[in-house]
Amino acid sequence: MAEKKGTVPFSGTKEQEEALMKVIAELKDEKGALMPILQKAQDIYGYLPMEVQKMISDETGIPMEKIYGVATFYSQFTLSPKGKYRISVCLGTACYVKGSGDIYNALMEKLGIVGGECTPDGKFSLDACRCVGACGLAPVMMVNDEVYGRLTVDDIDGILAKYE
Amino acid sequence: MYRSHVLVCGGTGCTSSGSQRIRERLEKEIAANGLSEEVGVVKTGCFGLCALGPIMIVYPEGTFYSMVQEDDIPEIVSEHLLKGRVVTRLLYDETTKTDKIIPLNETNFYKKQHRVALRNCGVINPENIDEYIGTGGYEALGTVLTEKKPEDVIQILLDSGLRGRGGAGFPTGLKWKFAAANEADQKYVCCNADEGDPGAFMDRSILEGDPHAVLEAMAIAGYAIGASQGYIYVRAEYPIAVKRLEIAINQAREYGLLGKNIFDSGFDFDIELRLGAGAFVCGEETALMTSIEGNRGEPRPRPPYPALKGLFQKPTILNNVETYANIPQIIVNGPEWFASMGTEKSKGTKVFALGGKIHNTGLVEIPMGTTLREIVEEIGGGVPNGKKFKAAQTGGPSGGCIPAEHFDVPIDYDNLTAIGSMMGSGGLIVMDEDTCMVDIAKFFLEFTVDESCGKCTPCRIGTRRMLEILDKITKGQATMEDLDKLEELCYHLKENSLCALGQTAPNPVLSTLRYFRDEYIAHIVDKKCPAGVCKDLLQYKIDPDKCKGCTLCARTCPADAIIGKVKEVHMINPEKCLKCGACMEKCRFGAIYKE
Repeated sequence: MAEKKGTVPFSGTKEQEEALMKVIAELKDEKGALMPILQKAQDIYGYLPMEVQKMISDETGIPMEKIYGVATFYSQFTLSPKGKYRISVCLGTACYVKGSGDIYNALMEKLGIVGGECTPDGKFSLDACRCVGACGLAPVMMVNDEVYGRLTVDDIDGILAKYE
Repeated sequence: MYRSHVLVCGGTGCTSSGSQRIRERLEKEIAANGLSEEVGVVKTGCFGLCALGPIMIVYPEGTFYSMVQEDDIPEIVSEHLLKGRVVTRLLYDETTKTDKIIPLNETNFYKKQHRVALRNCGVINPENIDEYIGTGGYEALGTVLTEKKPEDVIQILLDSGLRGRGGAGFPTGLKWKFAAANEADQKYVCCNADEGDPGAFMDRSILEGDPHAVLEAMAIAGYAIGASQGYIYVRAEYPIAVKRLEIAINQAREYGLLGKNIFDSGFDFDIELRLGAGAFVCGEETALMTSIEGNRGEPRPRPPYPALKGLFQKPTILNNVETYANIPQIIVNGPEWFASMGTEKSKGTKVFALGGKIHNTGLVEIPMGTTLREIVEEIGGGVPNGKKFKAAQTGGPSGGCIPAEHFDVPIDYDNLTAIGSMMGSGGLIVMDEDTCMVDIAKFFLEFTVDESCGKCTPCRIGTRRMLEILDKITKGQATMEDLDKLEELCYHLKENSLCALGQTAPNPVLSTLRYFRDEYIAHIVDKKCPAGVCKDLLQYKIDPDKCKGCTLCARTCPADAIIGKVKEVHMINPEKCLKCGACMEKCRFGAIYKE
C-alpha cells in the first residue's frame, strides 16, 4: 500500500505505551507471537508508526527489519493513521459485477481523495477492500463497522451526511 | 419449555441488514406481551438465502419470514406469536405461490439442497455448546477416542472418498495417512479459515453457524495423526466468526472436550486461534504456516510437504473449514453413507456461494454432480431483469468461466478442471450479457497483481505484464501480437511460479480466451466492447427517430457534450463525452444507446 499522506507526528500516550507493554509481556514467549502483538498494537494506536515498531523490537528482541517486513506485508497493517470514519468499498467479484467500481469512483470524487488517502481534516479515509462476505447485499461499502448494502451512487450523499 | 422458537439469522449477511436490532426488538416485544416464558428467541448461523435477509423462522410451524424490518416486529409478535395468525405479507414469496403455503424445503431454493456441512447452520445457536451436543455433536469424537484406533479413523476417511474442499481436491484421508506415518515429538493440525476468494463465504458461514463441528473434527484429526496442538488461521475480516470461535473454544475447554485427557482416553488436544491480516497468499498452505510462525506470509517450495515438515518444521496437516465440517458426520454415519452421495470421483456435497447476476444470492449445499443449469435456473432462480446468462465464474482468481454451452455438465472436481475452470473454494458468480469477459479477466489480474507476495519472479513480474496487456486490450490499443504474448505469458506463469497463486493466476485469462476469444478479437481488431463495458471503446449515440428534443439529456450532461435545440434531435459530441452514462439513465424515450 502506498503511503500517500504526509507524516503525522507521533503522539502516543503513556497509557497506550503501558497497554502495549502488557500485551508484549503476555505474548512474547508464545511461538510466532509477532503477528498477534502487531494486531494488538494496531488496536491500541490505530496504526503502526515506526516509533511503535521500535518499542516492539526493543521489548521482544525481534529485529526492526523483520517487524517492518511483516508490518508492510499484510494489508491490514497500516503505517499511517486512518480517518475518524474509515470507508471501505468492497471490490470483490460479486460487488464488482454489481457496480461497486462506480461507487468507489464516486466516493473519490466526492471526498476529493484517492483510495488509500485520508481527507485533510482527518475525517474520512477511503480504501478499497476485498470481499467482506456480504455478497448477498452487493454492492457493499463499510463505514467503520457499519455495513451499507444494495447501494447505488445516489445513496452516497445520504450516507456521508450521517457522519458530517 | 418454550411452545415456540423464533430463529433469527445472525450471519454476516443478515447482521449487515440489521438482524441484531430486529432480535433486540423481538425480545422486547415478546416481553411486553408477556410471552417471555413461552417463546424463545435464538440467534443462529446463516440460513443461506442471504438475498432475502434479514431472515426469521418461527417453529414449530416453520414459518419463513424474509426481508423483515424492525417495524414489522410488533405485528409479528401480536399477530403470529400471540394469536397464531401468520403475517402473510412477510412470507417468502416462493412459499405462497399457490393458495396453500408450501413448506420451505419444497421451495426451489431448498428442494435440491442436501445439507451436510451446513446441517446446523440456521438450526442451532452457535454460541451454545449444549445445542450442538443436542444435535449429536461430539458423538463422533467420543466414538473415535473410545472405540477406534488412529489407523481406523484414517481408513474411514479414505473409504469415504472425501476430498479437500479448499479447492485442489486432494484426498483428505491420504493427507492424514502421510502425516500419521511421519514420526516426530510434536505434530500440528491446522485449519485454513483464510477464505480469500472474492465471492466465497461458505467457510465464514460454517464458522459462524456451527463452529463446534470444526473443533470436533480437528480433535479427531489430532487423534488420527498423533498431534496435540491445533491452530485455526482465520481472516481478521470475519469478526463474527472470530468471536464465535473464541466462545466455542472456551466452552469446549470447560466441558473437557478440548484440553487434557479428553473422554478419559489419555488423549490431549487444544486449539489456538491465529488471525490473518489481509494477505490472499496466506490461503496457500506453506504461506499460511509461515504466517502462523510470525513471518511475512510467503510460500516456500514443496517438497518437503507439510506432512513431513510443516508448521515450525514439524509434520502438519492443513484442511479447509468445509472439509472439517463434513468429518464428524462421516464418522457418525459411516463412510458408505458419504460415498453414496456425489459422482464417481467426487463424493459427498459441496457448498457454493451464489453471487453476481442471480436472483437468489446466498449459500447452497448440493450433492456433487448437480449441473450448473440446476444451480443457476432452479436453485438460483435464474438471471434477473430478463437478461441472458453468459457465464458462471468458479474458483475465484484461480478459476475460470463456465459458458452456457457447458450448462449441463455435472459439477465435480474433475469435470470443472476438464472444462478449464476449477472447483476452488466454491464461489460461483453468475454473469449476464452485460458483463465483458476481457474486463473480468482484467479484474482478476488486478487482484493477483495486488496479492502476489513478490517472492518469485514469474508471478511478481508476469502478472503485472499480463495486466498491462489486458489494459491495452480494454483500451483498444492492443494488437494481435499482444494477444499471442499474453497467451505465452500464461503458460510461462503456470509452469514457473513457486506456488498455486502464480500457477493459477492465468486461469481467468486462459478460460475466457478459450470460450470468449471473439470478444478479445472484437476489442483488438474492431475496437469495440460487445458487452458495452470498456469505456474507452464505447460511444454514446442518440437515435434520431426516438429523440423528442426535450433537452433533458443536454441539461444532465456534466461535460456539456450534448448539443441540440428544443424539439429538435440532439447529438452527442464524442470529443467531449465522458461516457458517464448519465444521459442514458435520464432519457425518458430510450433514445440514447451505446455501441
